[in-house]
This record gives sequence, structure tokens and C-alpha cells, in this order.
Amino acid sequence: MTLALPSGPAPAPRRQLLVGSALAGLAGTTLIGGMLAVWLLERQHAVNAGERFPMKYIIPEVATNVMLMTLFGLCFFAQWAVYSARRQDRGHTALALSVVAILALAFINAQAFVYSQMEVELAEGVYGSLFYALTGTMMAIVIAGLVFTVVAAFRTLGGRDWQSEIVSAHALYWYFAAAAYSAVWFVVYVTK
Amino acid sequence: MEQSGTGAGAGSALLSDGRIGTTVGAVADWSTSTDHKKIGRLFTGFGLLGLVAVSVVAILRSLEVVADLGVFTGEQLGQLAQLHHFGLALMVALPLTLGLSVAVAPMQVGARAIAFARLALLGFYMWLAGAVLLIVAIVNGGGIGGSDSDMVDLSLASMALMMVGVVAAAISVATTVFTSRAPGITMRRVPFFTWTALVQAIALIITAPVLVGLTIYLFIDHRNSALAFGTSDALADWIPRFFSAPVVYIYAIPVLGVFAELLPVSVSRRHPMRQVVFAGSALVGVAAFSGVTMQNDFPVDFSAAGQDVVKSLVVMAFFVGLPLLGIVVTLLTAPLVAKPDGSSSAKPRILSPMLFGLLATLLFLLGAVVGVLLQVVDLELSGTAAVEGSVAIVCLAAAVGSMGGLVFWSPKFSGLKRDEKKVLPLALLGALGVVLAGVPAVIAGLAGSDNSLFSTLTLVGYAIMALTVLAFAGATRGGTADGTTNPWCAHTVEWSTASPAPADNYVALATVRSAEPELDQNPQGSPS
Repeated sequence: MTLALPSGPAPAPRRQLLVGSALAGLAGTTLIGGMLAVWLLERQHAVNAGERFPMKYIIPEVATNVMLMTLFGLCFFAQWAVYSARRQDRGHTALALSVVAILALAFINAQAFVYSQMEVELAEGVYGSLFYALTGTMMAIVIAGLVFTVVAAFRTLGGRDWQSEIVSAHALYWYFAAAAYSAVWFVVYVTK
Repeated sequence: MEQSGTGAGAGSALLSDGRIGTTVGAVADWSTSTDHKKIGRLFTGFGLLGLVAVSVVAILRSLEVVADLGVFTGEQLGQLAQLHHFGLALMVALPLTLGLSVAVAPMQVGARAIAFARLALLGFYMWLAGAVLLIVAIVNGGGIGGSDSDMVDLSLASMALMMVGVVAAAISVATTVFTSRAPGITMRRVPFFTWTALVQAIALIITAPVLVGLTIYLFIDHRNSALAFGTSDALADWIPRFFSAPVVYIYAIPVLGVFAELLPVSVSRRHPMRQVVFAGSALVGVAAFSGVTMQNDFPVDFSAAGQDVVKSLVVMAFFVGLPLLGIVVTLLTAPLVAKPDGSSSAKPRILSPMLFGLLATLLFLLGAVVGVLLQVVDLELSGTAAVEGSVAIVCLAAAVGSMGGLVFWSPKFSGLKRDEKKVLPLALLGALGVVLAGVPAVIAGLAGSDNSLFSTLTLVGYAIMALTVLAFAGATRGGTADGTTNPWCAHTVEWSTASPAPADNYVALATVRSAEPELDQNPQGSPS
């Protein structure tokens, strides 16, 4: 005879997207943290050898500072999207997510501007490969966030059911991206 | 009812009676399924295949040393050594333990599905593609110190691809445990195996991205200038630290869960110190900090001044000693579980999967002890064969423990309870294989000798491991399907659903009121 537990309510997942995004943010934090640690190590080697790091490149600080402010502003609009989505305000959610996407594109554009202004030679020295590896990874994180924004917009605005959780998860991702870029900005563009 | 698999020579039968369409359909079903049990078994299946492949590589290496065949050049032997070393961690221990977690943990927490099932499947394919590319790259001289620059780049990229896939699967497992537990399954009530799966998943989530970031640096630098990190020889300063003790302990953490899960089942008793086991397995997760900080060398020089010894001991105790303590704590609770307390009249049983779990945990302990010895400068083990021996012991222990898990949860996967008489000797054979594959290398390191006797024993050890896997595959093709949902009289909630479990695991589930809901229902411990 089979002894089975008496039947009951079906278990429903709780805040799966939010927790998944938090774990992805944790993974991204160690990704950027590890890369920054290697960067600092290599810079220490250069400084110990009596060199500056970077040796000859001029960093367009206005652009890098604007990138930082862009990400902070982006977090504000992502949180606005959460506020609107919780109230099922379709218009404001769409507007906030659109602004988030535009700011993410602006960040990518600014990064491309930094690349074109600095003209770092990839194969020339230690700095080149480290610079493109770290900033390229950061840009990949922002591009992933842009994709997340588009998906969140489709699922929230175009889905059959109103979903505010994905907008919250999306905002959490952008908080992580802003924190990660803050560290990259300070280590790569501010401290020399 | 005894079932046996289709025999060899089935190919012609397939063509003649039109079953080829069914086979193609089954392949399509398995390769695109979002059923976590199938995704997990894909991981474990390829993990077992990887174990056979790695054993063959180790046998070839040892044969070259013992018989001096002259088949391989010095560079090729070096590449084979890397395929062996990285393969043990990336292609054996990781897919087996992570795959078992993917297959079992959602059922154990009463979830209908794994969180982000497509992400978990994508993770499997990323891992598989990375593994194939890594083999291709290293075989063509793309390992550390390899002469083919393009292949070195390929090996770095494939390693990153594998680790991204592993993180994807780990995120699925951890999210499931955090968000999809059935009503009543609090974090204090999650089964031991699920707890260890969670610890491993979090450890992988924080460790693997560090390796990914490092490989991005190494790839871009090596591809363009090789000025920051140097040529392929210099990769030895960076990559191996993620595949040596104590980081490899992360890959074996679920072994503790298999043991802790099965011991109470074999004595039909509740575990009296659940939280201590939780703490013990979490302590093993401290090994993740070694990966995050990219450090695996914490030397303790007892010939140095007393204050320096204490300082270095504290550091070593944190990174290497705490994981060892975690294994010891988990093992020390075993006598308390086994001690009769009059709460159950059921007789203790020697379950074959429990034996796998026990032996694997003991071997894991041995590997962790060797990991501590590696840090003692006075023993001069750094850079010797002992390093490889410690990795082999831990990773192969993970494989043995995973086999135990596959046997135990087999009724939920296939509906068949495996024949214990066939499987039980394989636990002993596997453990013998691990000892012979790993311990001679440690002794060789301690003795400072490269005597061919050690290589011969290693060769025998890996031959036994390959034999064990093949025999395991044979022994687990058949089994008994008696229609019971809980043939082991196990305690956790997954045993309340049908065997095999349906694709969505549960038709209905009650609020769980203890950590052993099935034992509450069936305190006499009879199959149900």
C-alpha cells in the first residue's frame, strides 16, 4: 500500500526573477571585483617599476564622469519604472523603461567615445589588453542590462498578465551595474 | 518485475521495425527537455563519460612513464597532464555533483520545476561545448605551455564558456532552493543534500566568475601582445589555482549531502544534529574564498620564528583548515545518528548508496588532509606530484559519491530500484580506485621520488576507476520496479511522489510539518 501525504495547495515560486537577478548580480560583482584586483596588481607592478599607469594616454574624464552619472540616473528611472509597474500605470512604466534604454545606449555611446579619444593600442603594452578587457566586460554588462530592459518592457507592457516583478528584478540589475561601474570608474579612470 | 535494457546489436532491429523514429524522438526530447531531472542526468551522464576519458588519459600518461613507450613527446605529455588535471575538476567532479543537484534538489524542496529551466539547459550546453573545445584545444597543443598560440586562445575561451555554463546552472539551483520550496519546508527543514547543493551553488556563483574574468584578461592579452601575463608558459601562474586544493573542495561538497542524507535512512532514525551538519557543510564552502581571492598557497613554515608561524597558521587554518573541519564535523555526527535510542524498531541496513556516500566522504576527508599537508613548507610538497594526488582524491571522491546519489534517487528518475547486490561491490571497487589513483602520487611527493612503482599503482587505480564506471553503467541499466513510491523507506518529501516522478514532480503536496515528512507518515520504515 502506498502511503502518500495528503494533498494540499500547489507550491508557488516566490520572487524567482528577483532572487535570480540578485544571484546574477552577485556573480557579476565577483567578476568585476576579480578583474579589478588583477588590474590593481598589475598597476602595482608598473608603479614599483617607476612607471605611471597608464604611461601616455590621456583619459577623457568628462566622458567617464558623465558615464557614471548616466548610470546613477538610469537607476532612478529604473526605480520609477518599478513604482509605476506596481501601480499598473502602463504609460509611466513605458516611459520610464524607454528612458532607461536610452540612457543605456548613451552609456555605450560614451564608452565608444572614450575608446576613440584615448586610442589605446591593444598590442602595445600591458595597459592596452587590461584596459580593453575590463572596460569591454563592463560594456557587456551594460549591453546585457539593455537587453533586460527590452525584455522587461515586452513582458510588462505586451504580456497577457501584468508583471511588476520583472521590472523590480531589472532595477536590481541596474543597481548592480551602477555599483560595478562606480568601482571601475574609480580604479581605471580616477586613480592613476 | 525485472527489467533489462536493450542489448547490443539493437541497431539493425531499430531499422527493421521502425523504432528509429522513436529513438530520434527520444534524443530530441532529451536534448530540448526543460525537465530538471533530464537536464541533471545529461550533466551526470557526460560526467561519467568524462571520468572514463580522464581515466584513459591518466592511463596513457602512466604507461608512458612505466613502459617508456616513446609515443608521446615531452610537450605532448605536458598537455596530457593538463587534460588529466583540468578534466578531473571540470569534466568529472563538476558535472557529476552539479548535475545531481539539478536533478534532485528541486524535487527535495517540493518544487514542480527548477527555476529558470531553460537557463539550466543552456548552462549544460555551454558546459558541454566548452568541454569539447577544451579537449580539442589541449590535444592540439593549446594547454599551458602549448606551442600552438591559436589553440591556447581556444582553451582559454572554452574554459570561460564552461564556467559561464556552470554559473547558469548554479543560479538555477540556488534560486530554486530560495524561492520554490513547498509550504512548510523552511530553510531549517531542507534536506541535507539540498543544503549542500545550495552551498555548492553559491560557492560556484562567487568563484567561477573570478575565473571567467581572469580568462578574459588572459585571452585578450595572449591573443594580442602577451605583454601583461606573458606567453602560454606564464598561464601556469594563474589558471591551475582554480583547479587545486582548496578550490576543488567546492566541486565535492554535495558528497557530504549524499552521506548525511542516507545515514539516517539506513538506520531509520531522524538526524539529531541537523544544524551541525548544515554548519559543517557550509564550512567546506569557505573554500570559495580561496577561489575569490585567487590564492591557493598558504605556506606554513614551522622553522620560522614563532610569531610568523602563528600568523601563517591562522591564514592557512581559515582557507584550508575550516573546510577540513567541516568534513570532520559532518563525519563526527554519524555515530550519534547510528546510536540506538529506542525511537525506531526498524533494523539498521547497509544501503549500497550509503556505502558510496560514506566512502566518498572519507576519501574527501583524506583529500582535505593532504590539502593541509601541501601547505606545510617543511614537507616540501609544493610543486610535486602530491598536488595532483590531492586533486585526484577529491575529484574522484566526488565521482564516487555522485554514483551513490544516482543509485539512491534512481527510482525517481527511472522508476527502477537498482540491484543492490550488483551495485554494492562497485562502491568498494570505486573507493579502491580512488585510493590507488591518488595516494601513490601523494606518497611520491612526500618521498621526493618519481619511482615507476607509484606510476604503476596510479595506472592500476585509474584502470579500476574506468572499470567501475563501465560496470556501474551496466549495473544501472536494469533494476526492480515494484510500484512503490518509497522503496528505500527514505525520509524526505520527494519520496511521496510517484516513481518515476512525473515531469512536474508533484500532483499535489501537503504542508510539510517536519524535516522528515515521510518518516512521520511511516515511522516503522516499511516500503510504501
